[in-house]
Amino acid sequence: MDELLKKLEVLTDAAKYDVACTSSGVDRPGRPGALGNAVKAGICHSFAADGRCISLLKVLLSNDCAYDCAYCVNRRSCDGPRATFTPEELCRLTVEFYRRNYIEGLFLSSAVVKNPDYTSELMLTTLKKLREEERFWGYVHVKAIPGADPRLTHALGLYADRMSVNIELPSQKSLALLAPQKSKEKILAPMGLIRDGIKENAADLARYRAAPKFVPAGQSTQMIIGATPETDRQILALTEGLYRKYQLKRVFFSAYMPVVSDRNLPARDTPPPLLREHRLYQADWLLRFYGFSAGEILDDQHPDFNPLLDPKCNWAVNHMEHFPVEVNRAPYEMLLRVPGIGVKSAKRIRAARRYAALDFDALKKLGVVLKRARYFILCGGKSISPLPMDNPAVIAGAVSDRGFSPRELAPPEQLSLFAPTKEDGVKCLTGQI
Amino acid sequence: MPDRSNLVYRYDGTYQGFLCCVAQCFADKGLPQAVQRWEEPQATLFPLQGVDTDLDLAQRVERSIRSKASPEALRWVRDGFLSCEAQKELLLIRFVLLGYKYGAKVTGLTVQPDVCALWKTVRAVRNEAHCYLEFLRFSDLGGFLVGELAPKNTVLPLIAGHFCDRLPEEDFVLYDRTHAMGFFHRRGGQREFFHADSIDLPAPGEEEQRYRALWKGFYRAIAIEGRRNPKLRRSMMPLRYWPDLTEFQP
Repeated sequence: MDELLKKLEVLTDAAKYDVACTSSGVDRPGRPGALGNAVKAGICHSFAADGRCISLLKVLLSNDCAYDCAYCVNRRSCDGPRATFTPEELCRLTVEFYRRNYIEGLFLSSAVVKNPDYTSELMLTTLKKLREEERFWGYVHVKAIPGADPRLTHALGLYADRMSVNIELPSQKSLALLAPQKSKEKILAPMGLIRDGIKENAADLARYRAAPKFVPAGQSTQMIIGATPETDRQILALTEGLYRKYQLKRVFFSAYMPVVSDRNLPARDTPPPLLREHRLYQADWLLRFYGFSAGEILDDQHPDFNPLLDPKCNWAVNHMEHFPVEVNRAPYEMLLRVPGIGVKSAKRIRAARRYAALDFDALKKLGVVLKRARYFILCGGKSISPLPMDNPAVIAGAVSDRGFSPRELAPPEQLSLFAPTKEDGVKCLTGQI
Repeated sequence: MPDRSNLVYRYDGTYQGFLCCVAQCFADKGLPQAVQRWEEPQATLFPLQGVDTDLDLAQRVERSIRSKASPEALRWVRDGFLSCEAQKELLLIRFVLLGYKYGAKVTGLTVQPDVCALWKTVRAVRNEAHCYLEFLRFSDLGGFLVGELAPKNTVLPLIAGHFCDRLPEEDFVLYDRTHAMGFFHRRGGQREFFHADSIDLPAPGEEEQRYRALWKGFYRAIAIEGRRNPKLRRSMMPLRYWPDLTEFQP
């Protein structure tokens, strides 16, 4: 079998748990003599069997890691095949895949080989070769290695479109428990560095048009959900903080896939918390595009998401005093808060109502889905809600997600001889001993 | 303009020919019953009206759409004309007339039935074009790249520019099997559309086979087994694109 194919499979397998695979954020026209361009909206070139998009050639430069993070497949103490790409191999792969329109660019990450500085230098050599010798002008996403020299991280940023530093776990305590060689400070330092670099670069670009661009598509991060006991509220507050303080473009969540056994981790047969990940992404969208704050979505009384209701519906049924809203007059910000109306629909409504009063038929023509929205809107003072609107619980039942198996909602538990049974519950209520 | 007369227009099927049909409506002071291409079988008892293509007239009509309606409306007309829908010409003519009547705001009148229909058509065309930016695959057949596609709409004019910008140093050919047309680009900027019922291609060489195998290997390895979700994959990447995708070739 092809040596390179084997290597590619090992290093892809090692990188697949990285979530970010976006090629968005920068518009760059092609130029003569070079290969490639970049499109602001991003282009997905394929979708893997798990339904996730494949936009970039997502590989590790090496999986020969010096660290021993408990949750990671590439940790030092894990027994498995190890491989390292040479810069030539990786450049060749990127260029040949790109020419065939398989990919939009390269996503370069790496395990820590020897030490962070050495790893960063390896990555820098690869990117330099790709940009300067191969004249590759497509998208490049590169991981900053926490703990590397700031000058190396900055140099990487000059060759990349997007950079990311993985925050790995949602709290310092979990980090100390599961990734003893990493710390909050070590992770946040490069993140701050990249943010400042981008800010400085914006000022330079305003002055000199030809100034070299530093991370033009911004930075992102990701964290693992479900390996540690943080509540959804903590995670969401952290996410909001990251957007505010570090001006991140995206925060990605990755449902923990139990790939290794460790006493500090969930058991190997725990199903990945996919529904929870889904809810977090929904909330993330609310933060970024819908003008919600983390405090509105979850509070002290409700630290976790409702599995049956998406966060926006959940907010709406708890705030029925704002509804129903009149579609023809409600401000755009309020339209966005109606369950079932997304950014696209809200914009279409805003554009169409300038020219004509909208009724429910008109909304259907615009492609607005009324399945949920009908409980929360009026058109010209009329409602088409088939249910009485005085009880929020009825509305909540009508707009909830159906079709979840009981297993997804409440994971089965180990049977115990001494665990309280249903009868115990009844006895407890009736006072029988 | 009075509602439809009982005329049936026949034109040559080109965009310029269609613009002349718009002008013909004004000459006849009425909308036609239907608009057909010359090559369509003549299966109607209504009187026929042949429309000759006059490039100057076409240009005048196009200019008038841009100035009297808006450049955006003209973009809708151009992209809408690429659609595969039957009777798109009549829909477009009605839209153009509305454009003359309402001016620039015509593209905002998305609740008006004709405007809404065209808006959906244009969206379908642009969506398909975007899908081909994603799912087109090139093969390197000895120094030049070939990408084949089988779209419903005539998306080639919408996607060719993207690939010219992206691959300025490559010789490549795009071939649309449905509409028997193609596009070629040579390094240095020479580019041209062509008509061809089929194209003969050399068999892929060893190098090409190797990169195909590498891509298939990558595609297999990137999926997380524990998250398998064939339904999601099918909705993001509809089955009709699969026959031309390298990763699904045996």
